[in-house]
Amino acid sequence: MKKAFMYLLLTVLAVIMIYPLLWLAGASFKSNDEIFSSVWFIPSHFDFSVYARAWQTVTPYTMGHYFINTFMIIIPKTVFAVVSSVLVAYGFARFDFPLKRLFFALLMGSMFMPAIVTVMPLYLMWSRTGALDTYIPLTLPALFAAEGSFVFMLVQFLRGVPKEFDEAARIDGCNSIQILYYVLVPCIRPAIVSISVFTFLWTMNDFLNPLIMISSVEKYPLSLILRLSADSTGDGYEQCKIIAMSVIGLVPSIAVFAAAQKKFISGITAGGLSG
Amino acid sequence: MKKHNCRNPVGVSRYTGLWLITPFIAGFAVFTLYPFISSFLLGLTEYDGIHSPEFSGLYNYKEMLSDSGFRQAVWVTLKYTFLLVPLKLAVSLLTALLLNAELKGMGIFRTVFYVPSILGSNLAVVIMWQFLFTSGGLAEQLTGMAGLEPVSWYGEPDSAMFMIILLRLWEFGSAMIIFLNALRDIPAEYYDAAKVDGCGSVRAFFSITLPLLGRVMFLNLVLQVIAAMQEFSAPYMLTGGGPMNGTYTIGMLIYDEMFRYHNAGYANAVSWVLFVLISAIVTVLFAVTGKSRREDI
Repeated sequence: MKKAFMYLLLTVLAVIMIYPLLWLAGASFKSNDEIFSSVWFIPSHFDFSVYARAWQTVTPYTMGHYFINTFMIIIPKTVFAVVSSVLVAYGFARFDFPLKRLFFALLMGSMFMPAIVTVMPLYLMWSRTGALDTYIPLTLPALFAAEGSFVFMLVQFLRGVPKEFDEAARIDGCNSIQILYYVLVPCIRPAIVSISVFTFLWTMNDFLNPLIMISSVEKYPLSLILRLSADSTGDGYEQCKIIAMSVIGLVPSIAVFAAAQKKFISGITAGGLSG
Repeated sequence: MKKHNCRNPVGVSRYTGLWLITPFIAGFAVFTLYPFISSFLLGLTEYDGIHSPEFSGLYNYKEMLSDSGFRQAVWVTLKYTFLLVPLKLAVSLLTALLLNAELKGMGIFRTVFYVPSILGSNLAVVIMWQFLFTSGGLAEQLTGMAGLEPVSWYGEPDSAMFMIILLRLWEFGSAMIIFLNALRDIPAEYYDAAKVDGCGSVRAFFSITLPLLGRVMFLNLVLQVIAAMQEFSAPYMLTGGGPMNGTYTIGMLIYDEMFRYHNAGYANAVSWVLFVLISAIVTVLFAVTGKSRREDI
């Protein structure tokens, strides 16, 4: 009885949570009239040609072009973030060195630094170096372990790997980098997956940074082209087209999350990191 | 010559660790410390982003005191934060408690509740919200079906803010996951022992669960306050800060001063005030919750 009630309650809540997304997917097939007259998410008819039209966007470029742009940011950023965070976390977790406590405190502090305070001077810095309207301001900081929470999560993971592993490898003749690569990295793979997934999701979600740094439509990532399209739609406009673009824009995030879900959740579980 | 001792049995240089963390040190200097200091210094100047900055002392800060737009933005931001954060923590804790029950299929529910938060401020989600709450949208149709007066979500400052709060509330999954992990770490023996002593489940929640959640409660509180105080993309896209500046947050003010009115000096001064405001709130939270956090070991 109690069980049945729990399931009922959870199901109702789950439907409320997921309904907006279902409605969005359904509305991409609806006419303007149907969008504003029906609360049920399933459309009266399915016409997939709207996705072909949405793919063309409101610019001379297709959605494919903007996907490539987005991946030109995400791929280097993910590689940079993983490599730099693993190196820095390894340093903190396995070595003693002067001022270690101070640097770790700075790392923790940087996690709580509001981005809005640093974004204006960074914009001015990038504009002086001529890097505005390139992907450098969006990707390069990742090379310097810019995301303190990633380092923190990896440190937690590395602490869970017995030090005897390192020592055994060292006696076998491994140097510090070989130990990291051959012994530790395989042990912390779930954390590395989590970092990659978070970098992917956060970059897909990021709006303020591309808005400030990227000015030519040709170089827009997905978030900015969605905004441009949403802004340029008038009353008579076919609403399902912008809705279909939004659905296309959400698919990568949901797909990556679904694919990595198991490892990803175990990563955040152990590291205490979360969206 | 490498030193051999107990802590360092096979001879690793004292500086290997330092070498490994150099990316962090360099990145911290360039991408955190430099902009942090630069922001403070620029706040003391008149600067349009093109000509060189002119020192103007505390002029920008004096300007803020007499700027009714600034005061309004501070009020909106604080109101938004103090409404959203407690709601979000309550919802995420209650859901985490439900999901912590030992039932089959919990993984599916966990995923469903978590998904909105991974979409975060994805523009597609903001556009979706726009459609849900626009006049004639799903929200209005549902209130109509329930026989209620239709709410003009974009028309009134309070309802517009409520709409943004609902969007962020919908994304409670990240806070929920943190609670859920902490709940999993509480040993079941505690509850068994309490049961033997005749303690009911409500009492057990307040005497065992809540005190043991102190540390993660604080973590969630701080993370959510920092995020809410900086809110920018939802009002920017959904309401443009309106109606009547009712959703015009400090984040929007900083953006507008910088990129629309080219007052880089003023924008940086305001962002420093925001930083001080956030630090002050976090410090107060730290002091107020000091006792409850110590109980958690």
